[in-house]
Amino acid sequence: MSDQHAGLHIAHLTTGYRGRSVIDNLSLPPLRPGEVHSLLGPNAAGKSTLMRAIAGLQPAQGEVRLNGRSLMGVSLAEHARHITYMPQTLPQGVALTVLETVIGALRASPIADQTLDTRALALRAIAVLERVGIQGLAMRGLDQLSGGQRQLVSLAQALVREPEVLLLDEPISALDLHHQWRVMQLVHELSRERQMIVLMVLHDLQVAARWSDGVVLLADGKVAASGTAREAITPAVLAEVYAVQARIEHCSAGSLQIMVDGIIRK
Amino acid sequence: MQQSPEQLLAAYRRLIARRVLIVSLLAVCCVFAFILDLVTGPSSLTAMQVIGGLIDPGTLSAPQAAIIWQVRLPYALAAILVGASLSLAGAEMQTILNNPLASPFTLGVSSAASFGAALGIVLGVSLPGVPADWVVPLNAFLCAFGSVLLLQAMARMRGAGVETVVLFGIALVFAFNALVAFVQFVSSQEALQQLVFWSMGSLSRATWSNVYVLAAVLVAVVPFSMHAAGQLTALRLGEDRARSFGVNVGRLRFMSLLRVSILAATSVAFVGTIGFIGLVGPHIARLLLGEDHRFLLPASLLTGALIMSLASAASKALVPGVLLPVGIVTAIIGVPVFLILIFKRSERV
Repeated sequence: MSDQHAGLHIAHLTTGYRGRSVIDNLSLPPLRPGEVHSLLGPNAAGKSTLMRAIAGLQPAQGEVRLNGRSLMGVSLAEHARHITYMPQTLPQGVALTVLETVIGALRASPIADQTLDTRALALRAIAVLERVGIQGLAMRGLDQLSGGQRQLVSLAQALVREPEVLLLDEPISALDLHHQWRVMQLVHELSRERQMIVLMVLHDLQVAARWSDGVVLLADGKVAASGTAREAITPAVLAEVYAVQARIEHCSAGSLQIMVDGIIRK
Repeated sequence: MQQSPEQLLAAYRRLIARRVLIVSLLAVCCVFAFILDLVTGPSSLTAMQVIGGLIDPGTLSAPQAAIIWQVRLPYALAAILVGASLSLAGAEMQTILNNPLASPFTLGVSSAASFGAALGIVLGVSLPGVPADWVVPLNAFLCAFGSVLLLQAMARMRGAGVETVVLFGIALVFAFNALVAFVQFVSSQEALQQLVFWSMGSLSRATWSNVYVLAAVLVAVVPFSMHAAGQLTALRLGEDRARSFGVNVGRLRFMSLLRVSILAATSVAFVGTIGFIGLVGPHIARLLLGEDHRFLLPASLLTGALIMSLASAASKALVPGVLLPVGIVTAIIGVPVFLILIFKRSERV
């Protein structure tokens, strides 16, 4: 496989709900193995819809290629072999322990067809819980957890499948500062270790800038800007995408600081 | 204190062992309830006579043998099989529709069966060439099966969420109840009495041929249910999540509703309307051992069989000399058990 085909390529993608187009003819820069990318944009910009379309969870037209191979029209099981999508919420009121929840992700999946026995499945799940830092919750019931803890379980469930492409829909929205950092660091490390492509929806632009190799700003289902955070996040783009007056500063440690001075009334 | 992976693995194994133990204990309880059901009855047979007669039929007089082999044994077996079928159907339905109130009876299956029975009893309407004895069960089966197919069609409609399916099921209850009321309104007093008794649900209709059909259906369906257990567990964590694991949720729902329709329709056809089991059996199982469907499905099956068997014994013992319709007793037996479990629900899963 040539380098040019390596990674996830999305081109001319169109998708929506009940005849209403949410994403129209959208193309993204190539997402290369070992890279972390963030999908940014206001509410209802089409971020989750785009993620679901890439994961094969809703019908779409266009091109989604992973390492040169088209994923359009392949079965969910085939998609699941390569891509894992972590939705925003883990439902409440489910009587399963944390460890069972993570093992369940393996049992339901096509990779469970492989030769892993119960012990191997459990050890793999335990290793992921350790990595996420929630092994202490392993035998707790899901309905005894806080929102943030449930989000960590949800992440563990996605990671345990060891996908080539990891799609995270707002993975840190319920987390405190410590855990936000921890999760971002873990995702960053894993992408490098496993040569995994990570695409995540984030609302915190500074977190995105700190941890992403590339960012994509969506507005009304179209790409408003893309590239490295420094290239893509500019006052003009923020005005266009978020309708805010903002300044971009660089702190002494070199990271991007976004100062919002006001909103632009349209 | 952080636990090592080996300690966590040991804790997980203990959890699994506890679940296996609970399922095994439920099975043992079912055996005892079955024996209790067998030895309970209006005739003067003692428990030892019944058990001895089952082991060696030669110890019984001809009337005693007839009571045991033609009455008590088919009733008791039907109780186990109907309870198991309805509860397994309820467990699958609650999962695939993501609704704790879903059961074959809250979503119109029993109402549809009653309507089918009413057509047969009151108006004599059925398929041509059906023997008279089979008119009512066949009508009930066809209508019950048809109602689940309607639910099925709704579930497969583009854009219809599970809430839509549940609401449609509730609409079916009202629609079929109205139709039954209409048929009752135009029926003779005798037919009306027959219909009301049918709708109460009674094991006294159970024959050996019914028992064979019920057993065959259950034996055929259970392996498919167990095969889907991992996918059903994943579905409890959300539809998008399950699909992202590679589960074809549409197909899972279709196949599951098919199993539900066969289980529920067969049960209702033979013994009439018996509510509550399909709703409460799975809840009791869930309270006892959580929602890993590898354990939840067999446990639901066993709790349903246990409640139904106890209800059957009680239906013979509550009023001496009178066999109460078991549908009345299931709620009387099941509600206290259910309430005790809810109030005792501890922090553990």
